[in-house]
Amino acid sequence: MSNPEEYTTLIIDDATYQTKYTKKYERRKKYAAANPDHILAYIPGVIQEINVKVGDTVKWGDKLLVLEAMKMRNDVVAPKDGVVKAIKVKTGQMVPKNHLLIELH
Amino acid sequence: MSLKKKIVDFFTRKSQVVEGGGEKAIQKQKGMGKLTARDRIKAILDDGSFHEYDLFVEHKCEDFGMDKKQLPADGVITGTGTIFGHPVCIYAQDFTVAGGSLGLMHARKITKIMDHAIKLGIPLIGINDSGGARIQEGVNSLAGYGEIFYRNTLASGVIPQISVILGPCAGGAVYSPALTDFVFVVDNISKMFITGPEVIKTVLGEEISMEELGGARIQNEISGNAHFFAMSEAECFEQIKKLVTYIPWNNGKKADPFPVKPPDPTTDIASIIPEDPRQPYDVRDIIRAFSDDSDFFEIQAMWAQNIVIGFARLNGKTVGIVGNQPLVLAGVLDVDSSDKAARFIRFCDSFNIPVITLVDLPGYLPGVDQEHAGVIRHGAKVLYAYSEATVPKITVILRKAYGGGYIAMCSRHLGADFVFAWPSAEIAVMGPEGAANIIFKKEIQGAKDPDAMRQAKVQEYTEKFANPYIAAANGHVDAVIEPEETRDYLLHSLSIAIDKSELRPKKKHGVPPF
Repeated sequence: MSNPEEYTTLIIDDATYQTKYTKKYERRKKYAAANPDHILAYIPGVIQEINVKVGDTVKWGDKLLVLEAMKMRNDVVAPKDGVVKAIKVKTGQMVPKNHLLIELH
Repeated sequence: MSLKKKIVDFFTRKSQVVEGGGEKAIQKQKGMGKLTARDRIKAILDDGSFHEYDLFVEHKCEDFGMDKKQLPADGVITGTGTIFGHPVCIYAQDFTVAGGSLGLMHARKITKIMDHAIKLGIPLIGINDSGGARIQEGVNSLAGYGEIFYRNTLASGVIPQISVILGPCAGGAVYSPALTDFVFVVDNISKMFITGPEVIKTVLGEEISMEELGGARIQNEISGNAHFFAMSEAECFEQIKKLVTYIPWNNGKKADPFPVKPPDPTTDIASIIPEDPRQPYDVRDIIRAFSDDSDFFEIQAMWAQNIVIGFARLNGKTVGIVGNQPLVLAGVLDVDSSDKAARFIRFCDSFNIPVITLVDLPGYLPGVDQEHAGVIRHGAKVLYAYSEATVPKITVILRKAYGGGYIAMCSRHLGADFVFAWPSAEIAVMGPEGAANIIFKKEIQGAKDPDAMRQAKVQEYTEKFANPYIAAANGHVDAVIEPEETRDYLLHSLSIAIDKSELRPKKKHGVPPF
């Protein structure tokens, strides 16, 4: 039988249970709401072109940059109307998934 | 040629191919802590039982200078043999021959032994140790994989299929093990992944070792792709042999009975569960307390530990056991534990193994990650698997059985044949704390001392509802039993359910929430 000192707690329906966590549960990521002004890389890849500059006004669907991934050149487009506040990547840069590419406002 | 000469000629030919990739490659293989393909087969099978086929098969590739290359047995050993007298078909990829790479004839040898296993109705064991597709053979190599996957699928639910990963098993090759029933891996030897560390580095810029990406530990603890973990090949082979004793040859048979041994008489089954329903214990102690020889053969012991699955024997007959594990995550159902339980229940149902379910869970795991990972779909698999199963289904409610968790854990409503509850069972829509906070919200908020009022109301709810008698009064529980009576009730209900048959609506197959 395991040592009670190793136990941690889990609350379900207002009851506090003594138990242990799995490795996977410990590693889980805390949820953070997505910021609609942040354009993130939806796939890991390499920035091939940047088609806007800071201060540009963009409309929904305008091409912002080209992200090459899995041998495909993907257009990353504006998800809403706005102004380019900051560009966080350079041409040729390799970016992981969910890396911040462009900030709008 | 005289017969004598012919026999000498035969020995010459044979000695050329049984060497595999030659002394140097064999030494390299051994240096990695690995046995050769033929030695692995011999270590798993009963002494002298291995009969090899297709030793003289040769590849037919003529491109890229392959016509000048002879690959002994085309890099895979196939045959039949026995494990404790149980017949099996077996193949082992030979890494010493062209890195165990899979070409068309290599694949044909495997599919031939698979067809054999299906026709004869005996288990199939595949030992994987291969660098992957034989690039020189191009699409024919891919065809070979596809033909293996197709047969894995046809054989699923017909004969038990066991995969042993004793080396690399990467890319498309991993889908054969994934389609089989049990995957065995060995620390530092097994490596499984779809895309390897090099591709991940080039594409993502992320550096990770093979071991951390898809080693034996990861496949057991994190991904749940593997079912058994061993520190050495020898330990792995012992696990395989033990497994074979629990399972039948095919879906038309039952597992062979074993000599009956009662559980350890010194175990006090009633003292294992703490009185406070919020205190944990190890559900495996309960399983051992009522199983033959106090022996429980756990499957996927390192993954989704909040549910326990495995085989035990009752009066010498194999049973599958599914139990919530209060020791880990309070025994909740979540994405992984649902997947783990559901697949095991379907294995048992396919192979005529009765399922015993031990219930003690507070419900489902709350969390954004769970909802976003599809706990609805994954959780539904448990309901599907239990409802679909027609083998004898016996449920013992040990302690908490709350809400959706109560329904999911093989309740009467999902077709359990027998539902027993210990006097410690609490069968209710939720735990007393949560229920009191909802039902008596106004009283608690309006009280001078809300905490004292909450305590009182929790107490009131506990006394009224946190017991098995309301469920028993409605016939949802067949009998409230003393913990000490558990083995007796299980043995009796199994013995009378032996010829159970349940007819279901005719269909080609269902559409489970995969």
